[in-house]
Amino acid sequence: MKRDDIIEYSLGAGHSEEEGKVIRKKIWFVTALLSIVTLVEVLLGVFGVGMGIPSIVIKFAFIVMTVAKAGYIVMVFMHLGDERKLMKYFILLPYAIFILYLLFLLFFEANALVPTLLS
Amino acid sequence: MSGEVTKVIDQKTLWEGGRSPFSVSYGKMMMWFFLISDALTFGSLLGSLGFMRHKYIDTWPISETIFTHFPLTHAHLPLMYVAFMTFILIVSSVTMVLAVEAGHRMDRKGVTKWLFWTVIGGVIFVGSQAWEWSTFIAGPDGDITTWADNATLTQNFYGRGFGADNPIAGPVQYSQFFFFVTGFHGTHVVSGVILNFIILLNVLKGKYEGVGHYEMVEKVGLYWHFIDLVWVFVFTFYYLV
Repeated sequence: MKRDDIIEYSLGAGHSEEEGKVIRKKIWFVTALLSIVTLVEVLLGVFGVGMGIPSIVIKFAFIVMTVAKAGYIVMVFMHLGDERKLMKYFILLPYAIFILYLLFLLFFEANALVPTLLS
Repeated sequence: MSGEVTKVIDQKTLWEGGRSPFSVSYGKMMMWFFLISDALTFGSLLGSLGFMRHKYIDTWPISETIFTHFPLTHAHLPLMYVAFMTFILIVSSVTMVLAVEAGHRMDRKGVTKWLFWTVIGGVIFVGSQAWEWSTFIAGPDGDITTWADNATLTQNFYGRGFGADNPIAGPVQYSQFFFFVTGFHGTHVVSGVILNFIILLNVLKGKYEGVGHYEMVEKVGLYWHFIDLVWVFVFTFYYLV
Protein backbone atom coordinates (compact mmCIF):
# COMPACT_ATOMS: atom_id res chain seq x y z
CA MET A 1 0.00 0.00 0.00
CA LYS A 2 1.53 3.29 -1.08
CA ARG A 3 -0.51 5.56 1.12
CA ASP A 4 -1.67 4.54 4.57
CA ASP A 5 -4.34 7.21 4.74
CA ILE A 6 -6.90 7.02 1.96
CA ILE A 7 -7.90 10.64 1.71
CA GLU A 8 -11.30 10.00 0.08
CA TYR A 9 -12.77 8.62 3.31
CA SER A 10 -11.44 11.55 5.28
CA LEU A 11 -12.82 14.08 2.80
CA GLY A 12 -16.16 12.28 2.67
CA ALA A 13 -16.64 12.89 6.39
CA GLY A 14 -17.28 16.60 5.84
CA HIS A 15 -20.67 18.25 6.08
CA SER A 16 -22.32 21.58 5.31
CA GLU A 17 -23.31 24.44 7.60
CA GLU A 18 -26.98 23.33 7.75
CA GLU A 19 -26.10 19.75 8.59
CA GLY A 20 -23.72 21.11 11.23
CA LYS A 21 -26.62 22.90 12.96
CA VAL A 22 -28.55 19.64 13.31
CA ILE A 23 -25.46 17.82 14.57
CA ARG A 24 -24.70 20.54 17.14
CA LYS A 25 -28.28 20.39 18.40
CA LYS A 26 -27.87 16.65 18.95
CA ILE A 27 -24.54 17.21 20.75
CA TRP A 28 -26.11 19.67 23.20
CA PHE A 29 -29.04 17.33 23.79
CA VAL A 30 -26.64 14.48 24.66
CA THR A 31 -24.64 16.84 26.89
CA ALA A 32 -27.73 17.71 28.90
CA LEU A 33 -28.68 14.04 29.11
CA LEU A 34 -25.24 12.94 30.37
CA SER A 35 -25.14 15.74 32.96
CA ILE A 36 -28.62 14.92 34.26
CA VAL A 37 -27.84 11.20 34.52
CA THR A 38 -24.59 11.97 36.40
CA LEU A 39 -26.50 14.23 38.80
CA VAL A 40 -29.12 11.52 39.40
CA GLU A 41 -26.34 9.01 40.05
CA VAL A 42 -24.67 11.23 42.65
CA LEU A 43 -27.96 12.02 44.39
CA LEU A 44 -28.86 8.34 44.44
CA GLY A 45 -25.40 7.53 45.83
CA VAL A 46 -25.65 10.10 48.61
CA PHE A 47 -29.35 9.89 49.58
CA GLY A 48 -30.45 6.53 48.12
CA VAL A 49 -29.81 4.37 51.18
CA GLY A 50 -31.30 6.99 53.51
CA MET A 51 -34.51 7.01 51.48
CA GLY A 52 -34.92 3.31 52.09
CA ILE A 53 -34.27 2.13 48.54
CA PRO A 54 -32.82 -1.42 48.63
CA SER A 55 -29.09 -1.34 47.88
CA ILE A 56 -29.40 -4.01 45.18
CA VAL A 57 -31.85 -1.76 43.30
CA ILE A 58 -29.47 1.20 43.66
CA LYS A 59 -26.54 -0.86 42.36
CA PHE A 60 -28.41 -2.10 39.31
CA ALA A 61 -29.69 1.42 38.68
CA PHE A 62 -26.06 2.63 38.68
CA ILE A 63 -25.04 -0.04 36.21
CA VAL A 64 -27.98 0.63 33.89
CA MET A 65 -27.35 4.40 33.94
CA THR A 66 -23.62 3.91 33.34
CA VAL A 67 -24.17 1.63 30.36
CA ALA A 68 -26.71 4.12 28.96
CA LYS A 69 -24.14 6.93 29.34
CA ALA A 70 -21.47 4.78 27.69
CA GLY A 71 -23.84 4.03 24.81
CA TYR A 72 -24.46 7.72 24.14
CA ILE A 73 -20.73 8.55 24.34
CA VAL A 74 -19.74 5.76 21.94
CA MET A 75 -22.60 6.18 19.48
CA VAL A 76 -22.85 9.99 19.34
CA PHE A 77 -19.56 11.48 20.57
CA MET A 78 -17.35 8.84 19.01
CA HIS A 79 -19.59 8.75 15.90
CA LEU A 80 -19.78 4.97 15.93
CA GLY A 81 -23.49 5.29 15.21
CA ASP A 82 -22.60 6.99 11.92
CA GLU A 83 -20.13 4.32 10.82
CA ARG A 84 -20.99 1.34 8.65
CA LYS A 85 -22.88 -1.49 10.27
CA LEU A 86 -19.95 -3.84 9.64
CA MET A 87 -17.55 -1.46 11.39
CA LYS A 88 -19.92 -1.14 14.36
CA TYR A 89 -20.12 -4.88 14.95
CA PHE A 90 -16.45 -5.33 14.18
CA ILE A 91 -15.64 -3.09 17.16
CA LEU A 92 -18.42 -3.90 19.60
CA LEU A 93 -18.79 -7.67 19.25
CA PRO A 94 -15.21 -8.80 20.03
CA TYR A 95 -15.15 -6.47 23.03
CA ALA A 96 -18.53 -7.64 24.28
CA ILE A 97 -17.53 -11.30 23.92
CA PHE A 98 -14.28 -10.89 25.86
CA ILE A 99 -15.77 -8.79 28.65
CA LEU A 100 -18.84 -10.99 29.06
CA TYR A 101 -16.54 -14.00 29.20
CA LEU A 102 -14.39 -12.30 31.84
CA LEU A 103 -17.47 -11.43 33.90
CA PHE A 104 -18.77 -14.97 33.52
CA LEU A 105 -15.46 -16.31 34.87
CA LEU A 106 -15.44 -13.84 37.75
CA PHE A 107 -19.02 -14.59 38.74
CA PHE A 108 -18.79 -18.34 38.52
CA GLU A 109 -15.17 -19.17 39.30
CA ALA A 110 -14.64 -16.55 42.00
CA ASN A 111 -17.06 -18.50 44.20
CA ALA A 112 -14.51 -21.28 44.22
CA LEU A 113 -11.51 -19.00 44.47
CA VAL A 114 -12.49 -16.65 47.29
CA PRO A 115 -12.72 -19.25 50.10
CA THR A 116 -9.38 -20.70 48.90
CA LEU A 117 -7.75 -17.28 49.07
CA LEU A 118 -9.15 -16.62 52.51
CA SER A 119 -8.04 -19.86 54.13
CA MET B 1 -19.22 -23.98 -3.89
CA SER B 2 -17.05 -25.14 -6.77
CA GLY B 3 -18.51 -22.37 -8.85
CA GLU B 4 -17.03 -19.78 -6.52
CA VAL B 5 -13.46 -20.80 -7.28
CA THR B 6 -13.69 -20.14 -10.98
CA LYS B 7 -15.65 -16.91 -10.64
CA VAL B 8 -13.59 -13.83 -11.40
CA ILE B 9 -13.89 -11.29 -8.60
CA ASP B 10 -12.74 -7.77 -9.31
CA GLN B 11 -9.95 -6.31 -7.20
CA LYS B 12 -12.20 -3.73 -5.57
CA THR B 13 -14.44 -6.38 -4.08
CA LEU B 14 -11.44 -8.21 -2.72
CA TRP B 15 -9.89 -6.52 0.25
CA GLU B 16 -6.60 -5.69 -1.45
CA GLY B 17 -8.56 -3.54 -3.82
CA GLY B 18 -7.32 -0.25 -2.43
CA ARG B 19 -10.52 0.50 -0.57
CA SER B 20 -11.55 -0.04 3.01
CA PRO B 21 -14.42 -2.48 3.55
CA PHE B 22 -15.42 -0.27 6.46
CA SER B 23 -15.30 3.06 4.60
CA VAL B 24 -12.89 4.49 7.13
CA SER B 25 -9.28 5.52 6.80
CA TYR B 26 -6.46 3.37 8.08
CA GLY B 27 -5.58 5.74 10.92
CA LYS B 28 -9.09 5.89 12.32
CA MET B 29 -9.46 2.12 12.24
CA MET B 30 -6.15 1.63 14.03
CA MET B 31 -7.24 4.10 16.70
CA TRP B 32 -10.37 2.00 17.21
CA PHE B 33 -8.26 -1.17 17.47
CA PHE B 34 -6.05 0.48 20.07
CA LEU B 35 -9.10 1.64 22.01
CA ILE B 36 -10.56 -1.88 22.04
CA SER B 37 -7.36 -3.28 23.56
CA ASP B 38 -7.15 -0.41 26.04
CA ALA B 39 -10.79 -0.92 26.97
CA LEU B 40 -10.05 -4.57 27.68
CA THR B 41 -7.29 -3.51 30.09
CA PHE B 42 -9.65 -1.16 31.92
CA GLY B 43 -12.41 -3.75 31.81
CA SER B 44 -10.23 -6.36 33.49
CA LEU B 45 -9.01 -3.81 36.06
CA LEU B 46 -12.57 -2.97 37.03
CA GLY B 47 -13.44 -6.67 36.99
CA SER B 48 -10.66 -7.43 39.45
CA LEU B 49 -11.83 -4.49 41.56
CA GLY B 50 -15.23 -6.16 41.77
CA PHE B 51 -13.56 -9.43 42.71
CA MET B 52 -11.63 -7.84 45.60
CA ARG B 53 -14.75 -6.04 46.74
CA HIS B 54 -16.53 -9.33 47.13
CA LYS B 55 -13.54 -10.97 48.75
CA TYR B 56 -13.62 -8.28 51.48
CA ILE B 57 -17.37 -7.78 51.35
CA ASP B 58 -17.64 -7.07 55.10
CA THR B 59 -14.78 -4.58 55.45
CA TRP B 60 -14.62 -2.85 52.05
CA PRO B 61 -14.97 0.91 52.66
CA ILE B 62 -17.97 2.86 51.38
CA SER B 63 -16.58 5.55 49.08
CA GLU B 64 -19.17 8.23 49.82
CA THR B 65 -18.03 8.26 53.46
CA ILE B 66 -14.41 8.89 52.37
CA PHE B 67 -14.56 11.31 49.44
CA THR B 68 -16.44 14.04 51.29
CA HIS B 69 -13.98 16.90 50.88
CA PHE B 70 -14.20 19.88 48.57
CA PRO B 71 -11.42 22.42 47.97
CA LEU B 72 -11.54 25.73 49.85
CA THR B 73 -14.25 24.54 52.22
CA HIS B 74 -14.57 22.27 55.25
CA ALA B 75 -18.17 21.40 54.49
CA HIS B 76 -19.22 17.74 54.38
CA LEU B 77 -19.95 17.23 50.66
CA PRO B 78 -19.92 13.51 49.83
CA LEU B 79 -18.87 12.73 46.23
CA MET B 80 -19.43 16.33 45.12
CA TYR B 81 -15.87 16.89 43.99
CA VAL B 82 -15.76 13.62 42.04
CA ALA B 83 -19.08 14.60 40.46
CA PHE B 84 -17.53 17.95 39.55
CA MET B 85 -14.54 16.15 37.99
CA THR B 86 -16.90 13.89 36.03
CA PHE B 87 -18.80 16.93 34.82
CA ILE B 88 -15.54 18.65 33.73
CA LEU B 89 -14.54 15.58 31.75
CA ILE B 90 -17.98 15.30 30.10
CA VAL B 91 -17.83 19.00 29.17
CA SER B 92 -14.34 18.63 27.71
CA SER B 93 -15.64 15.65 25.73
CA VAL B 94 -18.41 17.89 24.40
CA THR B 95 -15.96 20.63 23.39
CA MET B 96 -13.94 17.93 21.63
CA VAL B 97 -16.93 16.66 19.65
CA LEU B 98 -17.69 20.29 18.73
CA ALA B 99 -14.08 20.65 17.51
CA VAL B 100 -14.56 17.54 15.35
CA GLU B 101 -17.83 18.98 14.02
CA ALA B 102 -16.11 22.28 13.19
CA GLY B 103 -13.37 20.28 11.48
CA HIS B 104 -15.95 18.63 9.23
CA ARG B 105 -16.97 22.11 8.08
CA MET B 106 -13.28 23.08 7.59
CA ASP B 107 -13.86 25.83 10.14
CA ARG B 108 -10.33 26.44 11.43
CA LYS B 109 -11.37 29.10 13.94
CA GLY B 110 -14.00 26.81 15.44
CA VAL B 111 -11.56 23.90 15.73
CA THR B 112 -9.01 26.13 17.46
CA LYS B 113 -11.55 27.47 19.94
CA TRP B 114 -13.07 24.14 20.92
CA LEU B 115 -9.77 22.26 20.99
CA PHE B 116 -8.36 24.97 23.27
CA TRP B 117 -11.22 24.49 25.74
CA THR B 118 -10.74 20.72 25.57
CA VAL B 119 -7.10 21.13 26.61
CA ILE B 120 -8.16 23.45 29.45
CA GLY B 121 -10.75 20.91 30.63
CA GLY B 122 -8.13 18.15 30.61
CA VAL B 123 -5.70 20.26 32.63
CA ILE B 124 -8.42 21.05 35.21
CA PHE B 125 -9.20 17.34 35.47
CA VAL B 126 -5.55 16.34 36.02
CA GLY B 127 -5.18 19.08 38.63
CA SER B 128 -8.34 17.88 40.38
CA GLN B 129 -7.01 14.37 40.42
CA ALA B 130 -3.76 15.57 42.03
CA TRP B 131 -5.83 17.28 44.72
CA GLU B 132 -7.96 14.13 45.14
CA TRP B 133 -4.84 12.00 45.56
CA SER B 134 -3.25 14.31 48.13
CA THR B 135 -6.52 14.42 50.09
CA PHE B 136 -6.76 10.63 50.00
CA ILE B 137 -3.09 10.16 50.99
CA ALA B 138 -3.49 12.65 53.85
CA GLY B 139 -5.71 10.04 55.45
CA PRO B 140 -8.37 10.36 58.14
CA ASP B 141 -6.52 13.09 60.06
CA GLY B 142 -6.07 15.18 56.91
CA ASP B 143 -2.37 15.79 57.57
CA ILE B 144 -0.26 14.88 54.54
CA THR B 145 3.08 15.45 56.31
CA THR B 146 2.76 12.49 58.70
CA TRP B 147 3.70 9.57 56.49
CA ALA B 148 3.28 7.05 59.29
CA ASP B 149 -0.52 7.06 59.18
CA ASN B 150 -1.32 8.15 55.65
CA ALA B 151 -3.01 6.01 53.02
CA THR B 152 -0.36 4.38 50.83
CA LEU B 153 -0.05 1.22 48.75
CA THR B 154 0.78 -0.79 51.86
CA GLN B 155 -1.60 0.76 54.37
CA ASN B 156 -5.17 1.98 54.31
CA PHE B 157 -6.79 3.70 57.24
CA TYR B 158 -10.18 3.96 55.62
CA GLY B 159 -12.54 1.20 56.63
CA ARG B 160 -16.24 0.46 56.57
CA GLY B 161 -18.13 2.77 58.88
CA PHE B 162 -15.19 5.14 58.73
CA GLY B 163 -15.71 8.58 60.18
CA ALA B 164 -13.54 11.38 61.51
CA ASP B 165 -14.13 10.19 65.08
CA ASN B 166 -14.14 6.51 64.18
CA PRO B 167 -11.13 5.50 62.05
CA ILE B 168 -11.19 1.82 61.18
CA ALA B 169 -8.54 0.27 58.94
CA GLY B 170 -9.93 -1.38 55.80
CA PRO B 171 -8.39 -3.79 53.27
CA VAL B 172 -5.21 -2.42 51.73
CA GLN B 173 -6.58 -3.32 48.27
CA TYR B 174 -8.93 -0.36 48.55
CA SER B 175 -6.07 2.15 48.37
CA GLN B 176 -4.14 -0.01 45.89
CA PHE B 177 -7.08 0.02 43.48
CA PHE B 178 -7.59 3.72 44.08
CA PHE B 179 -4.00 4.50 43.10
CA PHE B 180 -3.86 2.04 40.23
CA VAL B 181 -7.23 2.64 38.57
CA THR B 182 -7.32 6.42 38.90
CA GLY B 183 -3.58 6.60 38.24
CA PHE B 184 -3.84 4.54 35.06
CA HIS B 185 -6.75 6.67 33.95
CA GLY B 186 -4.85 9.84 34.92
CA THR B 187 -1.90 8.71 32.77
CA HIS B 188 -4.30 8.46 29.86
CA VAL B 189 -5.63 11.95 30.59
CA VAL B 190 -2.10 13.39 30.69
CA SER B 191 -1.15 11.79 27.37
CA GLY B 192 -4.52 12.86 25.94
CA VAL B 193 -3.88 16.48 26.95
CA ILE B 194 -0.42 16.32 25.33
CA LEU B 195 -1.86 14.85 22.11
CA ASN B 196 -4.64 17.45 22.02
CA PHE B 197 -2.09 20.19 22.57
CA ILE B 198 0.12 18.96 19.71
CA ILE B 199 -2.90 18.83 17.38
CA LEU B 200 -3.94 22.30 18.54
CA LEU B 201 -0.50 23.61 17.58
CA ASN B 202 -0.83 21.93 14.18
CA VAL B 203 -4.25 23.53 13.69
CA LEU B 204 -2.81 26.94 14.60
CA LYS B 205 -0.03 26.39 12.07
CA GLY B 206 -2.70 25.61 9.46
CA LYS B 207 -1.36 22.14 8.75
CA TYR B 208 -4.76 20.53 8.18
CA GLU B 209 -5.88 23.25 5.77
CA GLY B 210 -3.04 22.02 3.60
CA VAL B 211 -3.93 18.35 4.07
CA GLY B 212 -7.52 19.12 3.10
CA HIS B 213 -9.30 17.57 6.09
CA TYR B 214 -9.31 17.65 9.88
CA GLU B 215 -9.35 13.92 10.46
CA MET B 216 -6.45 14.13 12.90
CA VAL B 217 -8.75 16.07 15.24
CA GLU B 218 -11.26 13.24 14.90
CA LYS B 219 -8.60 10.62 15.73
CA VAL B 220 -7.36 12.31 18.90
CA GLY B 221 -11.02 13.03 19.60
CA LEU B 222 -11.72 9.28 19.64
CA TYR B 223 -8.99 8.86 22.24
CA TRP B 224 -10.29 11.76 24.30
CA HIS B 225 -13.88 10.43 24.29
CA PHE B 226 -12.52 7.06 25.31
CA ILE B 227 -10.95 8.67 28.39
CA ASP B 228 -14.33 10.15 29.27
CA LEU B 229 -15.95 6.76 28.66
CA VAL B 230 -13.53 5.02 31.02
CA TRP B 231 -14.05 7.65 33.69
CA VAL B 232 -17.82 7.08 33.55
CA PHE B 233 -17.14 3.46 34.51
CA VAL B 234 -14.47 4.26 37.11
CA PHE B 235 -16.86 6.79 38.69
CA THR B 236 -19.59 4.18 38.93
CA PHE B 237 -17.58 1.18 40.04
CA TYR B 238 -15.06 2.84 42.33
CA TYR B 239 -17.02 5.73 43.83
CA LEU B 240 -20.71 4.88 43.57
CA VAL B 241 -21.45 1.16 43.71
